[in-house]
Amino acid sequence: MNNITILTLAETLKGLKEKKFSEEELNNAYLEKIYNLNKKLNIFLEIKKNARGIPAGIKDIISTKNIRTTAGSKILSNYIPPFNATVVDRLLKHDVSIIGKTNLDEFAMGSSGENSAYGPTKNPWDVTKVPGGSSAGSAAAVAADLCVFALGTDTGGSIRQPASLCGVVGLKPSYGRVSRYGLIAMASSLDVPGSFTKSVADARLILDWIAGPDGFDSNCAHLEGESKPKPREHSLREASFRGVRVGVPKEYFEKGLDPKVEKIIKDAINKLEELGARLVEISLPHTEYAVATYYIIMSSEVSSNLARFDRVRFGSNREDFGAEPKRRIMLGTYSLSSGYYDDYFAKAAKVRTLIKKDFDEAFEKVDVIVGPVSPTVAWDFGEKMKDPLMMYLSDAYTVPASLAGIPGLSIPCGFSDGLPVGLQILGKFMDDEAVLSVGEAYEQATEWHIKKPQL
Amino acid sequence: MNYKPVIGIEVHVELNTKSKMFCRCSADYFGKEPNTHTCPVCLGLPGALPYTNEEAIKKCIQIGLALNCKISETSLFERKNYFYPDLPKGYQISQYRWPLCIEGWLEISKAFLLTKGREVEGSKERRIRINRVHQEEDTGKLTHAGKETLIDFNRSGVPLVEIVTEPDFSSSEEVREYAKKLQQIFRSLGVSNADMEKGDMRLEANVSLREISNVKSQMSNGELPNYRVELKNINSFRFMVAAIEYEIKRQTEALKRGERLTQETRGWDEDKKCTYLQRSKEEAHDYRYFPEPDLPGIFFDKEKIDQIKKSLSELPNIRIKRFEEDYGINKTQAKMLVEKSGLAEYFERVMEVGKSWGIQVNQVVNYLINRKINTIKVSPEEVIAEIHDKDVGIIGDIGQLEELAKQAIKENTKAVEDFRNGKANAMQVLVGGVMKLSKGKAEPKKVLEILSKLLNN
Amino acid sequence: MKIDVKKVAKLANLPLTSDEEEKYSQQLSKILDYIEQLNKVDTSKVEPTYNVSGQKNIQRADEIGECQPQNDAILNAPQKKEGFFSVKKILDNE
Repeated sequence: MNNITILTLAETLKGLKEKKFSEEELNNAYLEKIYNLNKKLNIFLEIKKNARGIPAGIKDIISTKNIRTTAGSKILSNYIPPFNATVVDRLLKHDVSIIGKTNLDEFAMGSSGENSAYGPTKNPWDVTKVPGGSSAGSAAAVAADLCVFALGTDTGGSIRQPASLCGVVGLKPSYGRVSRYGLIAMASSLDVPGSFTKSVADARLILDWIAGPDGFDSNCAHLEGESKPKPREHSLREASFRGVRVGVPKEYFEKGLDPKVEKIIKDAINKLEELGARLVEISLPHTEYAVATYYIIMSSEVSSNLARFDRVRFGSNREDFGAEPKRRIMLGTYSLSSGYYDDYFAKAAKVRTLIKKDFDEAFEKVDVIVGPVSPTVAWDFGEKMKDPLMMYLSDAYTVPASLAGIPGLSIPCGFSDGLPVGLQILGKFMDDEAVLSVGEAYEQATEWHIKKPQL
Repeated sequence: MNYKPVIGIEVHVELNTKSKMFCRCSADYFGKEPNTHTCPVCLGLPGALPYTNEEAIKKCIQIGLALNCKISETSLFERKNYFYPDLPKGYQISQYRWPLCIEGWLEISKAFLLTKGREVEGSKERRIRINRVHQEEDTGKLTHAGKETLIDFNRSGVPLVEIVTEPDFSSSEEVREYAKKLQQIFRSLGVSNADMEKGDMRLEANVSLREISNVKSQMSNGELPNYRVELKNINSFRFMVAAIEYEIKRQTEALKRGERLTQETRGWDEDKKCTYLQRSKEEAHDYRYFPEPDLPGIFFDKEKIDQIKKSLSELPNIRIKRFEEDYGINKTQAKMLVEKSGLAEYFERVMEVGKSWGIQVNQVVNYLINRKINTIKVSPEEVIAEIHDKDVGIIGDIGQLEELAKQAIKENTKAVEDFRNGKANAMQVLVGGVMKLSKGKAEPKKVLEILSKLLNN
Repeated sequence: MKIDVKKVAKLANLPLTSDEEEKYSQQLSKILDYIEQLNKVDTSKVEPTYNVSGQKNIQRADEIGECQPQNDAILNAPQKKEGFFSVKKILDNE
C-alpha cells in the first residue's frame, strides 16, 4: 500500500487488522521517510529501528528505559534512564513502539524549538520558520508524517502552541489526568504529558491509553467526576452538538493578536455556530496577569527541579545548562529567596487563584471556551531569541489554562500566508471529553487537518 | 553582670517504618552494601516523583500527640533547597510553614534550675514548650577517603521526624533530661529505636546567654538574645551536655570581656573537649522553602486524630502515675522501672506471678532495680523463686512445712477437688496457700514436693 | 528592578561568566519590571494556589518494593568507586 504514512492512528490500526499492510511494512515506510527528511528537519535525536509495533515519536524529556534521554540539554548528553515513564509503559502495552526521541527546547523551556542544545527543529511547512516549542520535534514529526503520533509535554503551551504552528492536533489533558512519572520535571505543578496526532479521534484514543491513576504520581489518582474519553466511531450528528455553549473570551482578542490570525479564528468560531453551537461572550478578567504569574511560578519550580543536576549521580557540570534554563533558574531562585518570597512567589500563587476562579466562573455559563493558541503564525528563526520577554509573551493564550490545570486542545483551523493556524478549545477541569467532542465536530466539518506540507 | 543560658533543642529521629518516606525501598539501611537500597526516587533521578508513606505520617502524629501538640488541620510538604552531595534532589522534602504538629509541651523536673552550678531540688515540674513536630526525609551518607568523598544513598529518603522546642532550657542537665525523656517516648510509642550511636536520634542545640538584671528573681526583660550559636553533629547525650557546658562558659567569658557574639554554627571536638566554628553568619543558608508541588496537601479531621490517639501505647508519664497508684510505690521507684526499656512490662509480669506467693511489691522493685536482670532470658517465675531463696529465715524444717501444707489443703478444698479432677493449675493455688501461711518463707520447690506427696497419698 | 546576579547565582549553584552576569542582569531586570504589574492586583483576601490536581491525603501503605541493583544505581555516575558515588573531597561542614 502506498502512502501508509498519511494514515491516522485509527486508520493504521484498521489497516493492520484488515492486513492491508504488515507492521514491518508500516515501520519501514516511516523509517524511510525519517531517513529522507530527518537531516533537513532535525526532528529526531535518536532513531530506533523496529520491525514491529505502531511507530510513535517520544519527546526526549520523557524517560525511556535504556534509550538515551537528553531533555535537549548538553548536561544530559549521556544519560540513560534505568526506567520508563508511566506514559511510555502504557503505550508499550498497546503495541506501540518507539521510533525515535524527538527534539525540543532544552528542558522544555522555549516557544520556538531554538533552545535545543542539538540544534533547532525546522517547521515542515516552511523550513525557514520555527515549529514552535517546546515540543518542537513531536509536532514537526506528526506534521511531516515521520510517525503515526507523538507524545509531548505541555507546561505553558508546549503541546498546543507547536501543534498550532505545525498544523496538527495537540492535546494537553487536565493536570493530573495523566501520570507525570518519568517526565523530566520542568515545573511540577504545571507539567502535563499529552499527544500530537493527525486527528481528534486519535487524541481521544491515546488519552484513553495513557490516562488514569498511577501509584507513582500522587497528583494522578482517581477523582470524582472525571469524564472518560468515549470511543466515537461515527461522525458526530448535528443533534448531539446543537446547543453546546461555546464561550468566547474577549481578552483573547485584544492587542497583540495578528489580524490575519484573528480572522481565521473568528471564522472557525462562526463555523462552530453554524454547526449548532451557541456562542457566549465571556470575560476572563485576569488574563493579562497570566504571563507574569506563570513566569514566577514556573521559574521557581524550575530552580528547584533543576537542582538535582549536580554531576554526582548523572549528567555533567551545571555550566552545561543553556541560556534559557540558566535564566529561569536565576529568576526562580530570586523569586523564592529570603525577602522576595512574599512579593513574588506567594503573590503569584494568589493571582493564580484568581486566574483559576475566572475559569470556574466562566464554566458555569459555558461548556467549552475557544480562542487562538498563538497570537501569530510560525516566525523566522532568530526573530525572538534576543528578547526573552517577547518570546514569553507569545504564550499569553496558553499559560492561563496551564495555571488552572484545565484541558486544552489545538486543532488546525486554517492558514495565513501558507502557515497553519490552530484553534484552541479549553474545557472544565477533568472534562477532557467535552474538549475532544467539540474538536471532533469541527474537524469533521472541515478539511484543514488533512492538508499536508510539501516536503 | 550575670548571665542566664537560653537553650533550644532540635531533635531528629529516624522512624522505624518498613519502607522509606517517599518510595518503596526498604528503610532498613544500616550496615548494608552501598547503594543497594535505592531506586530512581531516592536517588533523585530525573522524572522520579515522591509518594508519601502513610505509616510515617501516622508515627509523626503519634509523636506530636505524645508531646501534647495540636495536629494541623492542613499541612503541606515543602522543599528545603540547598546543595550538598548527600542531598540527591538538591532539596529536602521537609516542612516549614505548614508542619503536621504544633504548640506542644513536655514536662521535665525543675531540679536543675540554677545558681553557680548548685542544683536546687524543685518540687514542681515545668513545661518545655514544643514549637513543632514535623516530617521530613533523611539524606545519603558521606565517607571521606583520601582525595575523594564517597556517597552512599541507602539512607536517602528514610523518614525523619524533627522536634523543635522553644528556647526554654537553662542548663545542660535539663537538656539531658529532655532528651532522655524523648528517647523513652519514641521507644514506648514504638516509632523508633532511637539509638544515638546508630544515628537514629540526633541532637542540635541553640545556645545563647541573656543578661539578668535581677539575680534573685532570675527575671530578665524577657527579650531573647540577638544571636544564637548552633551546636551540630553531636552524637551522644554526654557530648551534648559537655558541648553545652563548654559553650556557656565560652560565651560567658566572651561577654564579660565585652565581645559581641554573632550567629554561628559550631561542632564538638571530643579530643580537645571544646566546640569549634563550622559556619559563620555570612555563610548562613537561604533555603527558599516553598510548597512541594509533587505532593497534595494533608488534611486531618477530629475523627482521624482520635483514631491515631487510640493507637497510642501508654506513655512514660502516664505509666509512672499508674504504677504509683496501682502498686503503691513511690515516684522514684516508678520512674526507675519505666525509664529502662522493657523493664516496666517485665515488672508487671513478675508482680502477676508473685501475687499468690505473698511477695511484697518493694521486694520485687528492689530486686529489679538493684540487679540487672536479663528480661528476655530470665522468666518472672525464676525471679520470684530467687527473691524467695534470698529471703532470710527460709523454713528448712520439713515437719513444719508439712503442717503448713496440711493446713493449706484444709483451707482450699475447692482447689484440692480441682486437682483431683485433673486441673493442673489447682496445684499453683495450693502452693500459693502454703507460701502465704509461711509468710513467704517457704521454698516453692519443696512445698510442691510435699504437696504432691500429701495429695497423691 | 535591580537584581544582585552574583548573589542569586551563588544561591543557585550556577557558575556564570562575567559576560553572562552582565547579560542576565539586564534581561532579568526587564523581566522583573514586567512582573511588577502583579502589584496592581488586590490579593489581600485571596488564598494562594499551589496545586491544581484536586487531590488530598494521597498516601501509600508501608510496603517494601524492589530496589535497583547497585550497578544500575551508579550506572550514569561520572565518577564512582567500589559501589559508591564519588566526588572530589569536600569539607564536612554541613
